[in-house]
Amino acid sequence: MSSFEGTTASGFLLVLAIVAPFIGVLLSLALGGRASERIALLLMPMGLGIAVAIASGVWRAGAALLYVLGGWKPPLGVVLRADGLSAVMLVTTAIVICAAGLFARAEFQVPRGAPERRAPLMFWTLLLAVWGALNLVFLSSDLFNFYVALELLTFAAVPLVCLSGRAETLAAALRYMLFALLGSVFYLLGVALLYGAYGVLDVGLLSSRIRPDPVAWVALSLMTTGLLAKTALFPLHLWLPPAHAGAPPAASAVLSALVVKGAFFLIVRLWFDVMPGLLPQQAAQLLGALGAAAVLFGSVVALRQARLKLLIAYSTVAQIGYLFFVFPLVIGTDVAHAWNGAAWTGGWMQLVSHAFAKAAMFLAAGLIAEAAGHDRIAELGGIGRALPISVLAFALGGLSLMGVPPSGGFVAKWLLLTAAVEAGQWWWALVMLAGGLLAGAYVFRVLGQLWGDASGPLASLTKVSIRREAIALALALGAVSLGFVSLEPAKLLQIGRTHAAEIVLR
Amino acid sequence: MTDALALAFDFGLAALVLIVATWTLLTRETAAAAVGFVAYGLLLTLVWMRLAAPDVALTEAAIGSGVTGTLLLGAAARLRPTEAAAEAEQPGKAMRFVVALLCASVSAGIAGTILMLPDPAPTLAAEAAAALPETGLGNAVTAVLLSFRSIDTLLETVVLLLALLGVWSLAPDRVWGGRPGPRDGAYQSEVLTFLAQILAPFGIVVAMHFFWIGADAPGGKFQAAAILAAMWILVQRAGLVDSPPVSRRWLRLVVVAGPVVFLAIGFLGSATAGAFLAYPEGYAKPLIVAIEAALLPSLAAALALLVAGPPARTE
Amino acid sequence: MNGAALFGVIAAALVGLGLYGLIVHPQPLRKILSFNVLGSGVFLIFGVVARRGAGAGMGGDPVPQALVITGIVVAFSATALAVALLLRLFEETGRASLRSDVSNANDEAGGNS
Repeated sequence: MSSFEGTTASGFLLVLAIVAPFIGVLLSLALGGRASERIALLLMPMGLGIAVAIASGVWRAGAALLYVLGGWKPPLGVVLRADGLSAVMLVTTAIVICAAGLFARAEFQVPRGAPERRAPLMFWTLLLAVWGALNLVFLSSDLFNFYVALELLTFAAVPLVCLSGRAETLAAALRYMLFALLGSVFYLLGVALLYGAYGVLDVGLLSSRIRPDPVAWVALSLMTTGLLAKTALFPLHLWLPPAHAGAPPAASAVLSALVVKGAFFLIVRLWFDVMPGLLPQQAAQLLGALGAAAVLFGSVVALRQARLKLLIAYSTVAQIGYLFFVFPLVIGTDVAHAWNGAAWTGGWMQLVSHAFAKAAMFLAAGLIAEAAGHDRIAELGGIGRALPISVLAFALGGLSLMGVPPSGGFVAKWLLLTAAVEAGQWWWALVMLAGGLLAGAYVFRVLGQLWGDASGPLASLTKVSIRREAIALALALGAVSLGFVSLEPAKLLQIGRTHAAEIVLR
Repeated sequence: MTDALALAFDFGLAALVLIVATWTLLTRETAAAAVGFVAYGLLLTLVWMRLAAPDVALTEAAIGSGVTGTLLLGAAARLRPTEAAAEAEQPGKAMRFVVALLCASVSAGIAGTILMLPDPAPTLAAEAAAALPETGLGNAVTAVLLSFRSIDTLLETVVLLLALLGVWSLAPDRVWGGRPGPRDGAYQSEVLTFLAQILAPFGIVVAMHFFWIGADAPGGKFQAAAILAAMWILVQRAGLVDSPPVSRRWLRLVVVAGPVVFLAIGFLGSATAGAFLAYPEGYAKPLIVAIEAALLPSLAAALALLVAGPPARTE
Repeated sequence: MNGAALFGVIAAALVGLGLYGLIVHPQPLRKILSFNVLGSGVFLIFGVVARRGAGAGMGGDPVPQALVITGIVVAFSATALAVALLLRLFEETGRASLRSDVSNANDEAGGNS
């Protein structure tokens, strides 16, 4: 059992991963002005380095990294834990945040000698806060720590949505806030019931004590419902499109690619680490059904959008649905095949490749909107000629969403498809195929406009820097390159799976 | 109190809580609801005392009811003009009935689950009591907050700071860096000034008392900070002082100092005691008191500033 | 522990009441208020759990009590941020409404990024 043999070597990196971004937040607020941008740019490579170091530490050790905080072991104290999944998420987060930060320099720069301005200070500080909160989500191993992480994430993400100060973004931010608060309070309710029944908050200890009794079922249902609201799964997705569409492009990228996945990560932790196999197959099928509804609904509504950013946001709603196919496909399959199983690897590939692809698309859309002064698709004709790199980035990201080879999205959907067919649950395969077709429809609709006849004189477009286009393209290429990655690193996803989790999957 | 009397009291209290809560949620006017909420909070304080949780009772009274109530009352007053429009948006009777049914079933499910909790209840009280001497503290809740699970407290101060940041980010660009809240003396009246002059020093003394005894008896920095914040708000509303502009360096440093000291002591622990947020042998209590002392002004400032709102006027 | 069980049921009722208010009221400030009632209900459940875990010379399990203290501060922060958002929305638009046709109207106008 992994739980708490004590701190492992290089465990201190786990503390740094969480604490460093928040130190940046504190310094940024204290020093103000230009310092906030410099501090963020300084912390980005450091944070990336820490994430990579943790990942390689987990890979080399072949086991989870642990850190016992304050020297107190659970059940009284709190432990940080990095397993294979944490490692993958940490690195993905670091890369996307670094890209978004570099991209945002143009929009949130503070010129030398100028007085402190609101938007740059807030953007850089909140970006670091999002990073720290996400790292805490991925490295925590305590139910109440998860709650604090969720709140940190909400408080950092909501003000990013309304950073521009426009009225519709304020409304979107308020709605996001209310949904998020409802979600965390339901999660906390579940924690209260679990503690009342088992007396522990540590994930490892809880997984060994938990029994399939009504208290655990009610608690898990409440917690899952709360987390579904935060991950914007249909039908609790209403808050997402206006919020993600209204934020500054770099913030939209981080919100769609990462923030929304934080809650999903916790659902996985709950279902597979805390209470593996606790809920019957029907519950897993229900989650899968909601995911299918999200795929279909999100894609159809995306097709009908007049604005580019709203289209991309609805596409996020759809792509999140794919993630939930992991539940019906992994729960109930054979132990020998489940974890190494196509479904598990496929689900995580979907998460990572969507992160890169969606971030690329939002950044590209941001550049297009900046150049044209608006993002109404019907009037964006021919912009591809002025911004070829951005449109290429958008196209490559779109290919990953559609699941066209070569791309990470293709590998992910292929794995999920084969898993669905092998498991005899062919209905998910049908939904995935339909989703791919619909994604193709809305991606090509946009590309057709962008590469089509010009709507207006191209000369009137605002210039955007090549460097920012290149960042968007780099992310898109990242999504594509995941298609070439062999399934060897899928072993990384297995490291640190708790013993209890392995027994379960009947 | 004999058992029967205690139970009767509990029943009465519970009924009162339900009545006030229901009234708060169903009354037509928002301002009235805010007042009801403050009353509800005070009743909850009594409930917490009945549940043998004096630290929580103090926190609920100070923060849950006091500071939150001030915030909600102020907002309700400012939003009065929107009441009429909201009336039109009320969902229909049928919708409300369905939602009520849904909520009733959620309640029933949770109540049933609570009644099904195991007896004897699993608890960490024994472990906490056994580990308490090592921290040098007498108050187990303080020990949990600042020793066993200090990461939660550290992160919670960051949560408070982030909320403040979020509130500040809402300022219009033209008044960025300015003073939050309405002009000083906006609520000026002789009674208020008198009250502020008398109450503020008394409140500060009470706050210090709660802070100091928190190590060994119910109390601590959160409650003390809330009282200090309330005193500040009182004094500011009476016009005796004005809110500082948020661009002031000293204000930023005060707000940030608490978490910074906490982190520094945490790193000290990793250097000398083998783990982040651990305390070296024998130094636990003084370090804990130091953290609390550093956190007190930061928390008080953050709470007061959160109630004050985003910058609203330039210097 | 009859007192604790009683307050447990009350806490469940408060959760239901708060949820009702959160869903039904159109005014965001009432939603925020209902969220606070809902939150206090959840904290009370922790309190009941703490009371049931009394022992070792203490009136209650200190861990859930500490969690509630943290939770109360977090809930206040959330309320402050939500109220600030609401007040700002009111200042910008003159109304305090989350209705989508209010925000969608602006969306359809297109606007820039």
